[in-house]
Amino acid sequence: MFLEQLLNGLTLGSTYALIALGYTMVYGIIQLINFAHGEIYMIGAFVGLFLVTVLGVNILVALALAMLTCMVVGMLIERVAYRPLRGKSTRLSALISAIGVSIFLQTLLALLAGTNTRSYPSIFNSQTFDLGFAEVSLLQIIILVFAALLMIGLQVMIHKTRIGKAMRASSQDLEASYLMGINVNRVISFTFAIGSALAAAGGVMVGIYYNAVWPYMGMMAGLKAFAAAVMGGIGSIPGAMIGGLTLGVLEIMGVAYLTSSYKDAIAFGMLILVLLIRPQGLLGKKITKKV
Amino acid sequence: MDAYLTQYIDPYYLRLLVLIGINIILALGLNIITGVTGQLSMGHAGFMSLGAYTSAILSMQFACPFWLALLAGAFVAALFGCLIGIPTLRLEGDYLAMVTIGFAEIIRVFFLNFEPGGKAVGLAGIPQNTNFVLVLVMVIVIVYLNSKLLNSRIGKAWYSIRENEIAAEACGVDTTRLKVMAFTVGSFLGGLGGGLYAHYMFFIRPQDFAFMKSIELLNMVVLGGMGSIPGTIIGATILTLAPELLRVVAEYRMLFYGALLVILMIFRPNGLLGDVRVYDIRKRWGRKEVQANADTNP
Repeated sequence: MFLEQLLNGLTLGSTYALIALGYTMVYGIIQLINFAHGEIYMIGAFVGLFLVTVLGVNILVALALAMLTCMVVGMLIERVAYRPLRGKSTRLSALISAIGVSIFLQTLLALLAGTNTRSYPSIFNSQTFDLGFAEVSLLQIIILVFAALLMIGLQVMIHKTRIGKAMRASSQDLEASYLMGINVNRVISFTFAIGSALAAAGGVMVGIYYNAVWPYMGMMAGLKAFAAAVMGGIGSIPGAMIGGLTLGVLEIMGVAYLTSSYKDAIAFGMLILVLLIRPQGLLGKKITKKV
Repeated sequence: MDAYLTQYIDPYYLRLLVLIGINIILALGLNIITGVTGQLSMGHAGFMSLGAYTSAILSMQFACPFWLALLAGAFVAALFGCLIGIPTLRLEGDYLAMVTIGFAEIIRVFFLNFEPGGKAVGLAGIPQNTNFVLVLVMVIVIVYLNSKLLNSRIGKAWYSIRENEIAAEACGVDTTRLKVMAFTVGSFLGGLGGGLYAHYMFFIRPQDFAFMKSIELLNMVVLGGMGSIPGTIIGATILTLAPELLRVVAEYRMLFYGALLVILMIFRPNGLLGDVRVYDIRKRWGRKEVQANADTNP
């Protein structure tokens, strides 16, 4: 029972982690809480749904196309709503701009797709495997494996490729990287694209797993993923992964063993507790302030 | 009182004016925390709901006089504001924002499960004690006291914390005490606004005070211009009117609202009246007079 709940928690947590990665990468480079990120996740879920139900595409193709679409959407948002503000405004006005984008996208999808909750057709049969200690469904395995692959891929990309190096440099010091000849705008665009693709993957997987896609799904998921990113230490990529998994497990455990009516409160309560003990998050760097 | 006024003003406009007034009070509270002291709070609706529920329950179930219920609501909110102010001593910027979001969400979930508050259905049949004149008087008093406060030693110390906390501390500003104080005063106004809101709307539900409400209030402060009282008043007015004016475009309303936020931020990155204070305007006008006199009498 406990191990099954743990698996459920890890499944949920891996989707939180995928969304949290986008928050933390963008934050690491331009210190912006990209509030439209939850909406990217929602758009990913919708694009996947559209491709699968209307065009009857294979789910893997749909997933890939959803990721691609969201890459474009993410870069577009950055270009239209954040770049004009960069350098000449406070971080708070960029935040409001992000909130504006978020409201815009929510309403747009509500207009295009209606506010009803939609569901994916059952793609994977509800086959379960008995691992001896716990029962696990095929879908859970697929989600866990795929999320793990994406995160490993991200780590490889960040540590082994040129653009990954540029991203790391930019997150250390944007201006210095610019002076070293890094095309900072391209790096930021790329960061948005990668983050959005991960969020889209999370959206499609959650859509299949929980069988519910609706225009306002990005709100709570985005908030919780942001909570996960902060819990792990915002700006830190391994932090977002650990934060997401921790939050997912804590939430499922809280529902299973405490009370389900306080589901959303548990996640935030745990977050506050973690921050009271470690103000910089689990893996965050301690910043020494200077005048 | 309002019945008398509706002879002259359309009830719809009167209602808008009251809502603008309530939003001004709420936004001024948030302005103290975020605009003046620079502590990003994204959970102001949490304080609002504390004030709303406390005062509504007091006046419905304990037949409390209206003013007492309002004050009690504001004090409960202030108490929680003080509590939430304490972690700010250790947390920075966005970590603090996350804690305030979390706090407001916890409050919302609490009221969703709170039996005397009617759970998810909410409370209905709250006596409608809030009226236009009361709101108008309160706004005037609060704006007056607020500008006095911001020009006092405390207010200037708050601005100094926003500008540079370490430098402020080095100059002898007790940042710890002042940050908690900003949270307390700000949430007091939040609770007061919540109480007025509850006693105007007849009924309240937990989802009235969800994350979007906090964001709406934050938008008012940032849009008007951080730390500026006239700015906050203008921001609250514009953002209360915007959804109403955008009714013309019917279901595209929120689409335009979202786009409007982006466009306004692109063209006025520091808010409409970034850092304009009543004091500064008076000073500028004063200076102009001197200038004019100097021109006429060479």
